[in-house]
Amino acid sequence: MSVATTTTTKLGQPRPTLPQWTLPAVIWVVLLSAPLWLGLVGGYTALASHVVVMALVAMALNFLLGFTGVMSFGHAAYFGLGAYGTGLTLRYLSDSTWFAVLNGILLGGIAGTLLGTLICRRRGVYFAMVTIAFGQIFYYIAYRWDSFTGGYDGLRGFSRQPLGFGPWTIDIQGNGTLFYYFVVFVFAVCVALMGFLLRSPFGRTLIAIRENQRRAQFLGIAVDKHIWLSFSISCFFASTAGALYALLNNFADPTALNYTVSGEIVIMVVMGGMRNFWGPLVGAAIYVVLQDYISSMTQNWMSFIGLLFVMVVMFFPAGILGMLKRRATT
Amino acid sequence: MLQLVLFNVTNGLIIGSFYVLMALGVAMILNLSNVINFAHGNFLALGGYFAFIMIPYTGFWIALLVAPLLVAALGYIIEQLMVRRVYNRDPVYSLLLTFGLSFIIQDLCRYFWGPNGLPLTVPDSLSQALSSDLFFITGYRVFMMTIVVVSVVGLFAFLRYTRMGVRIRAGTLDLDTVAALGINVRLLRTFNFAVGIYLAGLAGVLAGGQIGLNPNMGDDLLLPAFIAIIVGGVGSLTGTLLGGLLIGVASALTTVVYPSAQDAVIYVIMALVLLIRPRGLMGEEGMFT
Repeated sequence: MSVATTTTTKLGQPRPTLPQWTLPAVIWVVLLSAPLWLGLVGGYTALASHVVVMALVAMALNFLLGFTGVMSFGHAAYFGLGAYGTGLTLRYLSDSTWFAVLNGILLGGIAGTLLGTLICRRRGVYFAMVTIAFGQIFYYIAYRWDSFTGGYDGLRGFSRQPLGFGPWTIDIQGNGTLFYYFVVFVFAVCVALMGFLLRSPFGRTLIAIRENQRRAQFLGIAVDKHIWLSFSISCFFASTAGALYALLNNFADPTALNYTVSGEIVIMVVMGGMRNFWGPLVGAAIYVVLQDYISSMTQNWMSFIGLLFVMVVMFFPAGILGMLKRRATT
Repeated sequence: MLQLVLFNVTNGLIIGSFYVLMALGVAMILNLSNVINFAHGNFLALGGYFAFIMIPYTGFWIALLVAPLLVAALGYIIEQLMVRRVYNRDPVYSLLLTFGLSFIIQDLCRYFWGPNGLPLTVPDSLSQALSSDLFFITGYRVFMMTIVVVSVVGLFAFLRYTRMGVRIRAGTLDLDTVAALGINVRLLRTFNFAVGIYLAGLAGVLAGGQIGLNPNMGDDLLLPAFIAIIVGGVGSLTGTLLGGLLIGVASALTTVVYPSAQDAVIYVIMALVLLIRPRGLMGEEGMFT
C-alpha cells in the first residue's frame, strides 16, 4: 500500500526523510502482532477488533471526505444497515456467516447507492444536512419495527458461526483471536481495494473534484456521477464494517444507526488526518481506546468526548498524521 | 371525524411552529456563516432550563423574556471563543465543533438537572381549555402560537426594515461584497448567531411549558428543522417558514391515518422535494449549493 500514501503528497514538497513504505509497514506489523502484546498493555482482543472495524468505516468515509471532498454526516446509517443485514440474516435466514456478511454489505451498500441519487443533488453543507436527515430514516425504522428488529433493545438472538471454506472450517465463533484475524483479513481486502481505486484514473478524477469542483466540471468530468459513485463505494465499505461489527458483538443496536455515531466516525477521520490514507486508522485507534477508557472511569464521558471534538477542531485540525507529515517535510 | 382532523391540524400547527422557530435560527446561522449548528437543540433545552430556574423567583412572564436573552448571551460567548475561529475553514470543522458542543451541553444539562423530565409551570390563567368542544385548544397553546407568530413577524420585519437586518440579508447573498462595502462582517455574524440562538432559547421556554423539560428535548426538533430548511429551499427564510409548517401539519395528519408513519412522512416529503425540485420550494437555483 506504499503507493497510496503518496496520493496526499503535493507536488513540489520535499519528500519525507523516511521511505514511503515505513508507515504501512509499521501499521501492518502492529495489526498482525496485536494479539501477542495486547494483554501486556491492558488491552483485550475484542477491543482490537473494535478498533479495526471502526478504522474500516472511518477509511470508508475518508474515501468520500478526504479524497472526493464531499462531507457525509450520515455514514452511521450504512454502517448500521450492514450490522442489521448481517444480524437479521443470521437470526431468521441462515447460519452461514459468509452469506450473512454478504447480505449486510448488500443492504447497506444498495441503500446508499439508491439514496445517493437524491443526496448528490445538493453540495457542501447541504449535502451534509441531507445525509444526516436520510440517515435517520433507518434509525427510526430499526427503532419502531419492534417485532422484526428488536426495537429499542436492539437485535439479539444470533451469534457468528464458524466460517466454512469447502471442507475446512475456521472457528471464529469461540476463538476471539481467530475472529480478530478474520476482521483484519476483511480489512486488508477492503483497504487494498480502496488503495487500488484511488490509484486508478477514477480515483485521480475524484481527487481532481476535491481540489476544484468547478474546474473539474469545465474539464468535462461528470462531477455529479463521480460524487454519486464515490458515495456508493464508500457506503459499501461502511456496510462491510457494519457487518463485522454485528459479528463482533453478536448484537445490532439502533444507536449504531444514529447520527451521533456519524459524528464519531467523522471525528476519527479528522483526528487521524483527513486526506491521509492511513489517518482514519490512527484516529479510530485513539478514539475507540479513549472512549473505552473514559466511559469506564466516569458517567460524564459525553462531556469529555465533546471536549475532545472541540480540542481537535481548535488545536489539531490537520490531525495526527497530518502534523507528523508537516513536521517531516519542513 | 372533523374534530379528530381539527385536533391533529392544531397539533401539527403547534409542533410545526416549534420546527419553524428552530429552523429559522438554524437557517439564519447557516445562510450567513455556512455553519450547521448541531448544538441548536441543546441551546433550546438550555432556554427551558434557565426558565425553570427563574420561575420560582421571578414568575413565568419575566422568565419568558429573560431566559432566551441569557441563552443568546451564552451563544454570543461561545461564538466569540470558538465558532468564529472556524468560519473560514472547511465546513467539516464547524460541524464537528458544534457537534462537540452539543455533547457537552447535553451532558451538563443531565449533570445539573438529572436525566428525567421536569415540568415547567405555566400560569393558571393559560392552562384552561377555551371551550369544552375543542378541549385541545388550551389558553397556553393559543398563547404559544401568538408568541411564535409575533416573533416570526418581528424577525421578518427586522430583516426587512432595519439597517442591520438588510445587511444580514445582503451578507447571505454575497458576503464578500458586503465586506468590501466597509461593513464589519465579523460583528454582523456574531449578532446574527446570537439572534439565531435567541430563537432557540425562546422555543425552549415555550416547548418546556407544553411538553416539559429533559436533556434531549431539542434533539427531536433538530432533524425536522434541517428538513424544513431543505424542503423550504436553501437561502430562503420564507421557504423555511413554509417548510416547517408543512412538515408539522403533514406529520400530524398522518397520525390520523397511520400513526407509525408519522416520523417517516417528513422524510418522504424531503425525498419528493429533492426528486422533483432539488432547490426546494422557494430556493434559488445555484450550481454549488
